[in-house]
Amino acid sequence: MSPTILVWLLVIPFVGGMLSWQSERYSRFIPRWIALVTQLIVLGMSVWLWFVGDFTLATPSATPAFALEYKAAWIPSFGINFHLGLDGLALLLIILTNLLGVMAIGCSWKEIDRYVGFFHLNLLWNLAGVVGVFLALDLFLFFFFWEMMLVPMYFLIALWGHNIPGGKGRIYSATKFFIFTQFSGLIMLLAILALVFFNHQATGAWSFGYFELLKTARALDPQVAWWIMLGFFLAFAVKMPMVPLHTWLPDAHSQAPTAGSVDLAGILLKTAAYGMLRFALPFFPEPMREIAPFAMALAALSVIYAGVVAFSQTDIKRLVAYSSISHMGFVTLGIFAGTEQALQGVVIQMIAHGLSAAALFILCGEIYERLHTRDLRQMGGLWARFPYLPPIMLFFSAASLGLPGLGNFVGEFLILTGSYAVSPLFTILCALGLVLAAVYSLILVQKAFHGRPQKADAHSHGDSEKYEDLNGRELGMMALLMVLLLGLGLYPQPVLDVSAASMQTVEMIYAEPSAAATLPTPAVAATGVAP
Amino acid sequence: MTLNALLALAPLILLTLTTVGIMLFIAWGRRYHLTGALTILGMNLALLSLPLLWIYNDGQPVQVTPLLVLDGYALFYSGLILAAALGVLTLCGAYFESYEGNREELYLLLLMSTMGAVVMAMSRHFAGFFIGLELMSIPLYAMVAYPTKDSRALEGGIKYLILSAGASAFMLFGIALLFAETGVLGFADIGAKLAEGRTPLLLTGAAMIVVGIAFKLSAVPFHLWTSDVYEASPAPVAAFLATVSKVAVFAATYRLFLSVGLFQQPSVIEALSAVAIASMVIGNVLALAQDNVKRILAYSSIAQFGYLLVALVVAGDRATEAAGIFLLTYVVTTIGVFGVIALVSSPMKDRDVEHIEQFRGLFWKRPYLSSIMVAMLLSLAGIPVTAGFIGKFYVIALGVEERLWWLMGAVIVGSAIGLFYYLRVLIMMFQPIPTRDRVSEPLNWIQNAGGAMLVAAMLMMLVMGVYPEPFLELIRASTPMLG
Repeated sequence: MSPTILVWLLVIPFVGGMLSWQSERYSRFIPRWIALVTQLIVLGMSVWLWFVGDFTLATPSATPAFALEYKAAWIPSFGINFHLGLDGLALLLIILTNLLGVMAIGCSWKEIDRYVGFFHLNLLWNLAGVVGVFLALDLFLFFFFWEMMLVPMYFLIALWGHNIPGGKGRIYSATKFFIFTQFSGLIMLLAILALVFFNHQATGAWSFGYFELLKTARALDPQVAWWIMLGFFLAFAVKMPMVPLHTWLPDAHSQAPTAGSVDLAGILLKTAAYGMLRFALPFFPEPMREIAPFAMALAALSVIYAGVVAFSQTDIKRLVAYSSISHMGFVTLGIFAGTEQALQGVVIQMIAHGLSAAALFILCGEIYERLHTRDLRQMGGLWARFPYLPPIMLFFSAASLGLPGLGNFVGEFLILTGSYAVSPLFTILCALGLVLAAVYSLILVQKAFHGRPQKADAHSHGDSEKYEDLNGRELGMMALLMVLLLGLGLYPQPVLDVSAASMQTVEMIYAEPSAAATLPTPAVAATGVAP
Repeated sequence: MTLNALLALAPLILLTLTTVGIMLFIAWGRRYHLTGALTILGMNLALLSLPLLWIYNDGQPVQVTPLLVLDGYALFYSGLILAAALGVLTLCGAYFESYEGNREELYLLLLMSTMGAVVMAMSRHFAGFFIGLELMSIPLYAMVAYPTKDSRALEGGIKYLILSAGASAFMLFGIALLFAETGVLGFADIGAKLAEGRTPLLLTGAAMIVVGIAFKLSAVPFHLWTSDVYEASPAPVAAFLATVSKVAVFAATYRLFLSVGLFQQPSVIEALSAVAIASMVIGNVLALAQDNVKRILAYSSIAQFGYLLVALVVAGDRATEAAGIFLLTYVVTTIGVFGVIALVSSPMKDRDVEHIEQFRGLFWKRPYLSSIMVAMLLSLAGIPVTAGFIGKFYVIALGVEERLWWLMGAVIVGSAIGLFYYLRVLIMMFQPIPTRDRVSEPLNWIQNAGGAMLVAAMLMMLVMGVYPEPFLELIRASTPMLG
């Protein structure tokens, strides 16, 4: 297997996006088909990589290892290389990205009717940028992709978003999203550059390479390392998002088109967790351990605060958006707990949340297309009017509240059991969030589907009228997501196997030096993950 | 004067010959297009002579009279100035096409002003510095007020004339003070004399010179003229103001700072840092409230030069490189933005297309032209893949290396604020408009010189953003040790 396939994973969506844009002048349907085919090709490639690649490591070591690496000189005068690398963690997230990319194209098939080609250009470039983030092994390249995925996302929200009555408008939300992430990104750039200069001081050579900077970062003076770590932490905390820095997310979600929401919740938030696992933790294990109690407190705060706020929302998309913040709190908790169990739970939670949040956002979009409102107060009694949509919504709500048998349960369970040994207090607090999840998920189903029909139906004729239900395309998408969530919930072992090596490495780096020798064994026994 | 020195003056001689030739040509008969073509030819010859000189001199500096020096640094900045002036020239062609009145003199003014800018890039002596500055500025007053029937333009021209004259007076006084103390005017000579000791009078002189320079670079708090003058001038002239005149002043100033140690003592550096921080923050904040795109760009250029002042604060090897790449990216981007405004505005009406509402839905009417504008705005905002990112990256790298945390904080805050108004203009172009107005753009826009130049600028900007290595090598080769 040649490593150039990693380059193709990036190039194909870029070219596909361009073609899709240019084909708009001929027909409205060609852009959709081009985008769909492009995305299916990259999805196929990434799944194929899973089957042919070997992501197990014979002996997990304290230096991350990659199954595939591609390297070419880019800006030699600053030691910048076009360096891509693939390991189990990156592979899983890339498959998730490309799968949700297909979903995003599918769910906008009817919804988007303006500037179709340009829409798909932005969508595909955004996806390519995210895949780039998951592949980059050069910090300049990482930053490059990190920023590059913002512009298409900005356009997706600002151009095809909704102006919800009472909301602040889609351009406001898009700009807020952009400024939050760009500002924190620039702070990360400062941190990256500081690291590069320390590397230059130590070795006399310019480099942005992952392995070179890894070595430098570990040897830094703790005080300095702490400050540099803060730069990375801040950028990832905004993107995750952790509670005091989360305000851009509900706004962005409530104005974004369905595909944009799928993209944001399913994929973009995961880049933050990925950044923590790939860069922040391995580079700065000591300072990260120092701020772990603080970060875990923020995680618990996110889980509980966002859960409570989600409960009081009347806009279904804002409700799901806050539930995303709450679920990402579990991810933060697991990352900072740093045991293998917790880290494996983080991987499962990221995938499961990606699938379930994407499905919920797609369903919100379907409801909006039919009812022309997203206000829970104007819904009610919908159960009788659709044969399929309400039960499917119930399924994904159940997934989101962590029903055993579905993927989210496995993720949350592993995170909580893995974190308990490290920090019982915050783990218990986060576990309370599960109760809140049940409350807000069920209230969503209750208010929307049960009870008396509300005034959203005033313009329709009588209570008995049925709405147009999900069609084949939509049912197919939902069925696929349901099967995947069930699979993840009932038999997560294949996924755990793929990410095991990467997570063991992270765990070894993060573990306290004295405990490093003893910790892995019980963790493996508990998760049943073969090393 | 040796033959070698005379040869080294080739770019200036070519520019002078073109100027005289054009003047005589206009007296003989007014032919707008031919005049333009001759001007472009002359400038291209001057531009071409630069690499030839570099090869001929084998990269060694040539002293031409005590006033000028032709080293790699001078050649690089002369090249940048000439290229920017050529860009502006191509925009003028279409823009002034339908201007009622004498159109040909604009080329004359532009040529003379460019000549002044090139002299500044080559100067190593206060006399050369000042002659260049005035030769550049005086034609500019006339260029700003060129549409003489437009009272706004006249007002802008007079405002610029008066304020600029004040700044020049400050600078001249400062130079006089330096001369009174040291008795010499060459940069290197002053530097040598000052090794002996510094008096308060010298510091006063330095401060007055810095004031004059800050005015010309429109750094806060000497920025008040900028937005009014940019708004009042025709779009190509505003582009000239934002690129050629600023690059020339910066190039000369940077050489001055490197050669004269007086400008590197803590008090001057601190004052300069304060000016830089104020420019970044205030420039960006003031742009937020504007509705006029030219005024937005004026404030944005204040902020951009705030970023660039970081290089002046550091003034060392890597700073030279950073300043070079930053200015290169800045010039390409700025010419691009003003170019789009000039192209959508021409043929000349009473006012340019400059109010933000006039950009509504431009993308759906003229997709390719607005794509260029989008790319250029993103470049000004410093988003990766564009040239602006590389420029800003270098400035931030420089600041981090020198641990200038306050300045870096201002760069980041400024960039975040800046995003707001760049995105505001940008998204306006994508606002939906009624379908019947979605006229596809005339296809011939690319065939005229301005359109072709814009496409070239866009391609160059993307290449710089994606693969900057060749440009970095060019800058490194041409600007070795200075001082």
